[in-house]
Amino acid sequence: MMIQLAADGPQSPLLPVWPEIVIGLICIGVVYLAFHKKLLPAINKALDERREAIEGGMEKAEAVQAEARQTLEEYRAQLDDARRDASRLRQEAQEQGATLIAEMREEGQRQREEIIAAGHAQISAERQQAAEALRQDVGKIAIDLAGRLVGESLEDHARQSRTIDRFLDDLEEKAEAGR
Amino acid sequence: MNSDQTLAFETDCHLFQDCGYPAPSLWSFQFEPIFSIGGFEFNKPALLAILGSLLVVGFFWAAFGKAKVVPGKLQMVAEVLYDFVRTGIGRAVIGKQAESFVPLLVTLFFTVWMFNLWAVVPVAQLPASSIIAYPIALALVVWVTYMTVTFKTNGFVGGIRNLCVPGGLPKPIYVIVTPIELLSNVFLRPFTLAVRLFANMFAGHVLILVFLIGAWYMLGTVVGTFFAFGSLFMTLVITVFELFIQALQAYVFTILTATYISGALEEPH
Repeated sequence: MMIQLAADGPQSPLLPVWPEIVIGLICIGVVYLAFHKKLLPAINKALDERREAIEGGMEKAEAVQAEARQTLEEYRAQLDDARRDASRLRQEAQEQGATLIAEMREEGQRQREEIIAAGHAQISAERQQAAEALRQDVGKIAIDLAGRLVGESLEDHARQSRTIDRFLDDLEEKAEAGR
Repeated sequence: MNSDQTLAFETDCHLFQDCGYPAPSLWSFQFEPIFSIGGFEFNKPALLAILGSLLVVGFFWAAFGKAKVVPGKLQMVAEVLYDFVRTGIGRAVIGKQAESFVPLLVTLFFTVWMFNLWAVVPVAQLPASSIIAYPIALALVVWVTYMTVTFKTNGFVGGIRNLCVPGGLPKPIYVIVTPIELLSNVFLRPFTLAVRLFANMFAGHVLILVFLIGAWYMLGTVVGTFFAFGSLFMTLVITVFELFIQALQAYVFTILTATYISGALEEPH
């Protein structure tokens, strides 16, 4: 309202001028429309997107973590398997080694016994052979000797061999007794 | 037009000059029209109101026009303000149904705040809300919303019940309470909403004027100048205080609006 000095006095501050109310309403309407139609949807969209982005990032991180955990589990399982395999192999090798050693020892024993037995057999055969040869030689020598001493009468074969045998038996008995 | 008329007090009067302190008067709220259309005179408060609403829209358009997921500085500041109204007032008072009223609450909060803020903007230096028409316009919007929500939610009878009959009282008391509630909810609430804002900003403006005119009035003599600076300092203190009051009144206006809407949304008892 225009300043009307002195005469009328100022207008009461509590009495509104209705066109000003209209201006006020228009102002509020403009601000409301701007917020309602354009600005708040825009910012709400941005805020939602931001929240989604943050949540998406977190989900991704969680997925990666889960994968890492799974991989770790797998590795652990594999490591356990490997350890078990290794210990099993070691045990098998030990067992095999022990069997092998035992077998070889047995084989060695057997071979030794065979060799010994063979040696014994050979020795006894040779002794027998030697004894046989000796008997013949001794017989011949004795006959020769007796023939020279006694003469032709001892040429008779039967007697001769009986005499020799008796002689030899005596010899053996003597040897037995002397042993 | 002389300076007395522009500033609405006797600018020639100083201390010890046999003229009294020229206290601020209602003339401080009367303005020469910038132009006239028919009987209506377009004056400074009207200009400030329009500029204020454009500034609010302009600020948020700059901040939210191309809202980004990763905000710039301006958007971040505006987001804090927006979130304050949306969460701090809307969600806190209305609850789950707040979202559809958030645009209204945001509009009210920032329009009222901007209207108030003009009090401390150099050159403008007049809160648009100290002219009763603008608080009335704001309260009118709130009243229409309040009534619409009340009757839309509860139907006609339920709406009347919501406005007049508070639940949980002994029967005889309703004889007294019902008319009081009706008067309070339908007439006093919008009235007080408008007058509270108006009176606060009106008083704040007068308070600043008292000290500022005082500073000018006491200027001249040595002693007077000493006091004048004291008065000027008080003007600054009051201005800072007013900054606080401006935001507080915007907050009160918006939170009361939210409370009314929340009451209107209540289920019938």
